[in-house]
Amino acid sequence: MAALAGLSPTAAAGPPPGRRGARWTPYLLLAPGLLWLLLFFVLPLVLLVTTSLSEPVPGGEVGQTRPAFRVANYTEALADYWPWFLRSVGYGLLATVLALLIGYPLAYAIAVRARARPLVQQLLLVAVVAPFFTSFVLRTIAWRQVLADESVVVSALKALAVLPDDARLTATPLAVVAGLTYNFIPFMTLPIYASLERLDPRLLEAGQDLYAGPATTFATVTLPLSLPGVVAGTLLTFIPATGDYVNAALLGGPGSAMLGNVIDSRFFRVVDYPTAAALSFLLMALILALVALYVRRAGTEDLL
Amino acid sequence: MSAGQVLAGAAAAEHVRSGGPQRAWRRRAGDWLLPAFAGLALVYLLVPIAYTFAFSFNDAGRSNLVWRGATLDNWRDPCGAPAVCSAVVTSLQIGVLATVLATAMGTLVALALVRHRFRLRATTNLLVFLPMATPEVVLGASLLAQFLNLRIAPGFWTVVVAHTMFCLSFVVVTVKARVASLDPRLEEAAADLYASPLQAFWRVTLPLLAPGIAAAALLSFALSFDDFIITNFNSGSTDTFPKFVYVAATRGIPAQANVIGSAMFLAILAVVVLARILTARRRLA
Repeated sequence: MAALAGLSPTAAAGPPPGRRGARWTPYLLLAPGLLWLLLFFVLPLVLLVTTSLSEPVPGGEVGQTRPAFRVANYTEALADYWPWFLRSVGYGLLATVLALLIGYPLAYAIAVRARARPLVQQLLLVAVVAPFFTSFVLRTIAWRQVLADESVVVSALKALAVLPDDARLTATPLAVVAGLTYNFIPFMTLPIYASLERLDPRLLEAGQDLYAGPATTFATVTLPLSLPGVVAGTLLTFIPATGDYVNAALLGGPGSAMLGNVIDSRFFRVVDYPTAAALSFLLMALILALVALYVRRAGTEDLL
Repeated sequence: MSAGQVLAGAAAAEHVRSGGPQRAWRRRAGDWLLPAFAGLALVYLLVPIAYTFAFSFNDAGRSNLVWRGATLDNWRDPCGAPAVCSAVVTSLQIGVLATVLATAMGTLVALALVRHRFRLRATTNLLVFLPMATPEVVLGASLLAQFLNLRIAPGFWTVVVAHTMFCLSFVVVTVKARVASLDPRLEEAAADLYASPLQAFWRVTLPLLAPGIAAAALLSFALSFDDFIITNFNSGSTDTFPKFVYVAATRGIPAQANVIGSAMFLAILAVVVLARILTARRRLA
């Protein structure tokens, strides 16, 4: 019967033609990709958890561990490194908010204001993604040099008395947050642009026709309709910004190190794998929990 | 001035058609406030690029920190610092390998997810999403733990494996969107014209998917070429371009690195601007 139904031209809801009966087809298509993810994403995460619970072999080489169930790795990691957790989340949140405050007006200008001039619009979009055309490490180092004490920009700001004479910009939390914000503005702007670009201008006119002021129209029409873009943009910014350590390493000082810096040094300099693993796992859990909370509050579960 | 005021001003400019002098002022203010703000934001985005470009002409010697006068030597001999060039070649090789692997596997996963109903669908979607939601430090650290555990020395191939892993999800998401927008009736038409499923796939489905697959491949390559954190964990003594620059930062980066960065920037800019102009033309027509 199923075969007969499949042959009839009206069975539009059925699977596409040529795939009928081949129930293993999807699994064949999935096999290589899923296997790769299982081997090099899921399995490493499982190993991360077991490593995070392991203990050093007494009298063994540096970095040698044996399986155990040492929950103390977690409590010790939290006790020792809670300020780094707070700093990572704080910097991540701050960079996300700043990127939103800069990225939203930018996206609005490109999507709505420049709508009538497609060429201008396209070129502005290129300018937003232009940072991606060159290496992100190179750009972050460029910031370090722009903000350095002896740089032209800093001297100019001091001469104009915008900055006090003894001010330092490098090795400050400000530089780290500014660097993070800078690096993630395009990630924030593009999804917001995409959702604003699809916005039907007639809806704005309708708001106006119904005697809504510009602010009301924005708050009740534009903003809600661009919310999917805002949610996507904040996630694309918050997750990598919180886990980042390149900005903190290149632009910050010892007082502005983030959790990523600690994980990196526990891994490579101290060769303390259990603590590094416990910190990694806690960072991931923390970020996923915050993201889940946020997505639920934003009421956009279906976006994921 | 807050962004909210800017936005309100912009909205005001859009919609206030008549009103007293105060309103007229607000309208004019709104007319230039938003573009001015957007302009400042773009300057913020472009400062480090301008800096990188300018310092590619610096007569720098060993460390490219202070301006010592203009020269074209760095551009004439971009491989003057040999380590820069070999790092770029390594990055290109890794980028191509990871892109080919991730694009091939990711496209198949995307096809399965959109075109087929099967039991593990929700799990697969989650599995594809999770690497994108995981901080890079965690991806890098856990993969390195895996390699160490298997007694595989990190190097060129471990980086290829790692890059393929994180590019895969981005390929699936990009190609999925394209598959979803594809009209299944086209394949039905091919079947009606006696094309075998494989023929229909090669001659109808694949050509229609090509733009999505190309976009996914470009994205993969860009992600791989620019990745630092995951690479740093899994590369051992192999140097990619971003890793070389990061390591060199402590003792001074050769100006040739700026040349490579700027040349890359200009080449991609030329291609993208051309493509955008064509898009704008088409939209105007």
